[in-house]
Amino acid sequence: MNKIGEIVESGSSAFTAECYELHNIPALGSLVKVTGQETDIFGIVCQAGTAGIEPGRHPVARGKDETSEEAVYQSSPQLLKLLRSEFQVLVVGQKTSGRILQYLPAKPAHIHAFVYPCDSAEVKEFSRSFDFLNILVNNRLEIPTEDLTAAALREMSKEQTDPRAFLVGGGKALTSILSGDYRRLKAILARLKQ
Amino acid sequence: MMETRREQNLGIVVAGSVEKGTEVRLDSSASVEDMVVGRYVTIDGKKRRFFGMVTDISLGVTDEEIAISPPDTADAFSAEILEGTATYGSLHVLPMLTISDAVSGINEEPQPVKTVPSHFSRVKLASEADMEFVFGKENNSNFYIGNPLDMETKLCLNLETLVKRSNGIFGKSGTGKTFLTRLLLIGMLQKSKATNLIFDMHNEYGWAGSFEGGKGGVKALKQLFPSKVAVFTLDEENSRHRGVSTDFVVRIGFDEIDPEDISLLRQTLNLTEQAVEAVYQLKRHLGRSWMQETLDMSDSDEIEVLLKNLNIHESSFANLRRGLASIRRLPFLVPHAQVNAVDSILGYLDRGMNVVLEFGRHRDITAYMLVANMLARRIYQRYQEKTEVAMAGKVTPPTPLVITIEEAHKFLNHEIANQTIFGEIAREMRKYNVTLLVIDQRPSAIDEEIMSQLGTKITCLLDNEKDIEAVLAGVSGKNELKTVLARLAPKQQALIFGHAVPMPVAFRPKDWGTAKSYEEFTHGNDSPEKADKDIKDLFE
Repeated sequence: MNKIGEIVESGSSAFTAECYELHNIPALGSLVKVTGQETDIFGIVCQAGTAGIEPGRHPVARGKDETSEEAVYQSSPQLLKLLRSEFQVLVVGQKTSGRILQYLPAKPAHIHAFVYPCDSAEVKEFSRSFDFLNILVNNRLEIPTEDLTAAALREMSKEQTDPRAFLVGGGKALTSILSGDYRRLKAILARLKQ
Repeated sequence: MMETRREQNLGIVVAGSVEKGTEVRLDSSASVEDMVVGRYVTIDGKKRRFFGMVTDISLGVTDEEIAISPPDTADAFSAEILEGTATYGSLHVLPMLTISDAVSGINEEPQPVKTVPSHFSRVKLASEADMEFVFGKENNSNFYIGNPLDMETKLCLNLETLVKRSNGIFGKSGTGKTFLTRLLLIGMLQKSKATNLIFDMHNEYGWAGSFEGGKGGVKALKQLFPSKVAVFTLDEENSRHRGVSTDFVVRIGFDEIDPEDISLLRQTLNLTEQAVEAVYQLKRHLGRSWMQETLDMSDSDEIEVLLKNLNIHESSFANLRRGLASIRRLPFLVPHAQVNAVDSILGYLDRGMNVVLEFGRHRDITAYMLVANMLARRIYQRYQEKTEVAMAGKVTPPTPLVITIEEAHKFLNHEIANQTIFGEIAREMRKYNVTLLVIDQRPSAIDEEIMSQLGTKITCLLDNEKDIEAVLAGVSGKNELKTVLARLAPKQQALIFGHAVPMPVAFRPKDWGTAKSYEEFTHGNDSPEKADKDIKDLFE
């Protein structure tokens, strides 16, 4: 699997990676991994965006006379170097000694470590347990966690042989985590429906 | 497939107490609608296995909000997720017995529970093997009486244990008491060593009994066991009309009637206390022929002298004569009986024969009480004597005797239970090998003390609160059993509890629905077509 980005900011619970190609951002809620010497770290893409590389310089609109978005980039090829896409990943688990453990790793990922998207087999292996949902539901993020949780389950369901059964299973796991908070549960369930 | 269903896990224990039973949270895989009150379950505790009964089923939610704003009914996805997680079914299980050691896995004799299973013990439907272990197998002494409700397991009664104590069959009119009694009598004839004396008020047990709503008759004891049953009748003509082959026509002489017999009839004959008192005096004065003489006296001077001598008030005497006259009208009473009915009955009983005494058309309670009391008292005396002789080690004790009486509350009500012989039999005749089978529709009218002496009670549907209270008095888990009792079908379902069963069981009395089972009783005398017809008649 090809690497899609490189870590530029790292922490125990989350990290930020820069995409190698502009706009080549993994889907919100998709599972990515960072390989390490002893431990592979798994995370869920929880936020992404594209901005100028220099914090002070705000991009300006350039397409007034162009017919399409592609044409803008073609006429100003330097844009690909002046802009960058980044995504944030919430750490939800690890693989140590060949075992998937759905809790935070002992050490954070290294800066400049490569980030890979997970293939179908890895997604299936990771999603055998729903323990990671607890981390998703109980995080304070910029985006609503209900949306993120639902997105993560939807992304994973695409790799399952029976996506609906998988979603029902995930929903049941959520019911137990959110047993005292029916409103949030209801909001997530509404976003799980396909 | 049946087997896998039985082994199915239902849920886990989440709360409980010995007194109130345990709460079981149903697994999401088990549907609450498949559960039935009265179903048997086993609970695998850490140290022992428990055997219990589902007594209530309820629905729960983890968050009250769900009940306030439930998901859209069209939203099958959400409903599927919430089912069994945020919304769940729960069972109330009353553990009743411990049946085995969970560590060794060895079945032990079922014991009453003294504790509750620990948290999260698994609850399963009771397997066929568990049920058989608890309710027994059909064999020489165990009689297959029916099936626990909604189950195929056989409920077997150990009839030897059963007849060691007095028992009762209760239920509203038309709920199948007679059917149940007939079944139990057949069982006793087959499997217990006891002999039966049946006071058959409605002519249902000896020969072709009537059947609720049915056409024609059904076979009864004499037809099924001709060599073991003797039919005695008080009304020869009626028996002949019905085509019954009777063995003996009972006649009772006036000279056999004792003051005690009259005293019992005080209420039915509407006698005053003084009138009853007068009977004792008259007997003392006039001897055995007191009744005849009292009724025949016509000379007013003679009466006056007699009353003065005995210090009896005139109005009491008139009251007594009126009462005695109504007894005299009973056709089976004669001035002097040639053959003593008691001797004759005892003769049959001694030979191990069972005696059914038909009342023919004499269905009024006066005749029934008079005869049943008179005969039972004398039989009681004989049994007492015999047992006492046996105790001295000279002979074997008499064969156990079971006396069946209907309308039992007339003999055993609060006022006369102390006087009638049946009260005494219920209380202490077990020692003398005589027990009662009491059949009644108003158990609340029976004296409490007598009720408490009944070993095993079988009750069909009762809906009077007092009757239910009376039947269930002193039983553990009474409130739960009330629920079960009130939910019995109006026909062919009963609840049995007490001495002869390890725990209370609601059951459907045995279905003689197959030609084979019916032929067992008819000894194969009939053609298969006839047997089929009989079965149809039986269950019409």
